[in-house]
Amino acid sequence: MSVATAKVLPGRARSRGAVRSPGGALGLGVATLWLSVIVLLPLAAVVVASLDGGLGAFWHAVSGRQAVAALRFTIVVSLVVATANAVMGTLIAWVLVRDPFPGRRIVNAVIDLPFALPTIVAGITLLALYGPTSPIGVNVAFTQASVAFALLFVTLPFGVRAVQPVLLELDREMEHAAASLGASATATFRRIVLPNLVPAILSGAALSFARAVGEFGSVVLISGNKPFDTQVTSVFVFKQVESDNATGAAAVAVVLLAVSLAVLLGLRVIERWGSRHDR
Amino acid sequence: MTARPSGRLALRLVALGYLALILLVPVAVVLVRTFEPGLGEVRASITTPAAIHAFWLTIELAAIAVPLNTAFGIVTALVLVRGEVRGKRVLEALIDLPFAVSPVVVGLALVLLYGRVGWFGPWLAEHGIQIVFSVPGMVLATIFVTLPFVVREVAPVLREVGDDQEQAAATLGASAWQTFRRITLPAIRWGVAYGVVLSTARAIGEFGAVSVVSGKISGETVTLPLLVEQRFTNFDLAGAYAASALLALIALATLLAMTVLHRRGDAA
Amino acid sequence: MRSKTLLPVLAAAALGSSLLAGCGGASDDPAAAAAGGGDARTTLSLVAYSTPEVVYDEIIPGFQKTPAGEGVGFKTSFGASGDQSRAVEGGLHADVVAFSLAPDVDRLVGDGLVAGDWADTPTKGLVSTSVVALVVRKGNPKGIHGWDDLLKPGVEVVTPNPFTSGSAKWNLLGAYQHGGLPYVRTLLTDHVKVQPKSGREALQTFTSGEGDVLISYENEALTAQKKGEDVDYVIPSDTFKIDNPIAVTKDASPAAKAFVDYALSTPAQERFAAWGYRPVDASVLKANASRFPDPKKLVTIDDVGGWDVVDPQLFDADTGAIAKIEEDAGVSTAS
Repeated sequence: MSVATAKVLPGRARSRGAVRSPGGALGLGVATLWLSVIVLLPLAAVVVASLDGGLGAFWHAVSGRQAVAALRFTIVVSLVVATANAVMGTLIAWVLVRDPFPGRRIVNAVIDLPFALPTIVAGITLLALYGPTSPIGVNVAFTQASVAFALLFVTLPFGVRAVQPVLLELDREMEHAAASLGASATATFRRIVLPNLVPAILSGAALSFARAVGEFGSVVLISGNKPFDTQVTSVFVFKQVESDNATGAAAVAVVLLAVSLAVLLGLRVIERWGSRHDR
Repeated sequence: MTARPSGRLALRLVALGYLALILLVPVAVVLVRTFEPGLGEVRASITTPAAIHAFWLTIELAAIAVPLNTAFGIVTALVLVRGEVRGKRVLEALIDLPFAVSPVVVGLALVLLYGRVGWFGPWLAEHGIQIVFSVPGMVLATIFVTLPFVVREVAPVLREVGDDQEQAAATLGASAWQTFRRITLPAIRWGVAYGVVLSTARAIGEFGAVSVVSGKISGETVTLPLLVEQRFTNFDLAGAYAASALLALIALATLLAMTVLHRRGDAA
Repeated sequence: MRSKTLLPVLAAAALGSSLLAGCGGASDDPAAAAAGGGDARTTLSLVAYSTPEVVYDEIIPGFQKTPAGEGVGFKTSFGASGDQSRAVEGGLHADVVAFSLAPDVDRLVGDGLVAGDWADTPTKGLVSTSVVALVVRKGNPKGIHGWDDLLKPGVEVVTPNPFTSGSAKWNLLGAYQHGGLPYVRTLLTDHVKVQPKSGREALQTFTSGEGDVLISYENEALTAQKKGEDVDYVIPSDTFKIDNPIAVTKDASPAAKAFVDYALSTPAQERFAAWGYRPVDASVLKANASRFPDPKKLVTIDDVGGWDVVDPQLFDADTGAIAKIEEDAGVSTAS
């Protein structure tokens, strides 16, 4: 449905789902072009680089024991972190939006700081707090848990900020209706509110996952980079680059990207399946 | 929804407890360490020529990347949520990819494309254009890492508000642009606002990808995060913390600006 | 909408101010005078590894006061040695390169950016040297005096990972010269629990309370002390000599050669010495003999066959002996 048609016959009823945004097809074209130049082209360069030594070299690079261990650890810890963010992010967003507690504004302002703080500062701070000289007695440095801590810090804004704007726009009438019909707070939440939040929660989880698998700076100091133990894929890739093995680095990066793409796609499918009843 | 007071308190405690452990305490440590040497030291630290230049460069990168990605984000969200596009799910997953790419790989990719022996290297050299190891490369890296934010914040909100009002406007004769400006945009304002806040915070705080393509030329391509790392390397921890606090300040200012703009939009 | 016009204005202002500020470099010292090079006729690009930034910050103004350096502006870049080398390879403009180890310069020879005979100078292409040292806690509570002490039961050693930091190769070469591969194997398998990404991060990890001894360089320990870090260090009786190269790129301006000559001259070498780097200038070294004790046995890279032999043999990510040790070590700790 072109924009020209829309302008010439404004009163004509349009089929549901037609692109009505300004510049319809043009918008799609521009968005795709932007995505391609900024993201897809560089990634294509990485894919090409990974095949520099042929498929044999590619396979050799990604099937090495260290590579596999790093990939497995990275995926698992990132899934854990994404789940934690889905749950806690929703909870925190709920408290921030619906519960006017003293200091709410300050807490709300601080949520984005993990993004703004350079990863080296996050690294040093986390090491100071959760390492050998921890003032609160929590010493998880150089363990797998430390990686989770660092990732939770770095991905926290995703979980919260994904749900917050949706909560703010949520139509409260249905909740009031449910309450006046006698539904408990929990039931109302579970049956009325939650289904509306699911796309946002999954969106936040997807972003958390994606960020977690790629995170480097804040993890690298506190994890100790122990191969087969606390080494994440991004550090392994860094190792390959530093050892002048850009091909191997690209190969592992491509595998991580493929796995991430699969997980992200999976999350989107769940999201669609879950909100199917909406339409 | 009126939850029981005890239920509400329990939720609040859990949320704040988690936040304290994961976020508030680390941030507090950063603040304490920043101001430990005293206010005068901090001021001196953030007003060195290197710091001032790094500050403006960081702002510049964000000022270019964020508006571009905001426009992209709104358009893409509209296409994804309101439009009929084949392969939508794949597009959505692709949009999330920039985060999954480790910063080292982003830098590697850009050098592979625009570096001396990259895909466009010889052509660029012929025309005297320097992309990597110069500000343009850093802009590209920043745009790359902040690309998904606005889409991801706006799309769920778009889905939530539904298109009833837009359909109504269309049947009343509003053009696509009018519908967008007067119905859609106000409805997604919080999504856009948080998208901008997150993009800005990420853009100013980005270290890894920018680090690889910057060339770290003092006074030219050193951003605040790169300055933080340099100071850390030179045992100037106080200076590193001071520069980080400056970054935190910029992030807070962005949030404040967005909140104020949103309120004004409400009042208008 | 006002916000939409604000941002472009801000961007323009930022661009404007950054163009202005980029003229002559930007010092990070609150007390420093305005950076030099207002109307420079030549600009030299120095790309160096991170630790000697403090030294070059002093040498450059010194050079600019000499007749050869008058009117020469500087653009400097400091970072991890390998990263910097790769950046030059990738297109970062450089007139003078100063790295932590020779292979990072040889990489550029392969790319045709540096002449193949860069090391054919009276100082063998070096601008400073150092030795592998053992950093310990204040007062040396565990009584570490030599390499064998690192293998005492319960001693935990921190050393940066040689695969993420080229500069970290020196550290393991120090261990290697003492007891060969068997020693390195025992060290890495039983005593090294963490291998931070870089030398600086290793020091940070150590000062944060991890480990009993850190393998590092003498110059890093001295610079750290000078900057107020609370560390002690020990030079074992047998250790490895660290060689830091400096070279001029192929199409650098003649001022670049003049700068390198200056860096090798007495006043500049004295700055190196002040920050803990052993000068290559023999007289300056002699004058600072008390700071730089002579270990009984000093092994050099040439003694073990040169980088061409040792780098692939030990440090190849796939087939190197140390990579294999790391793989094997991982087996015992992996679940």
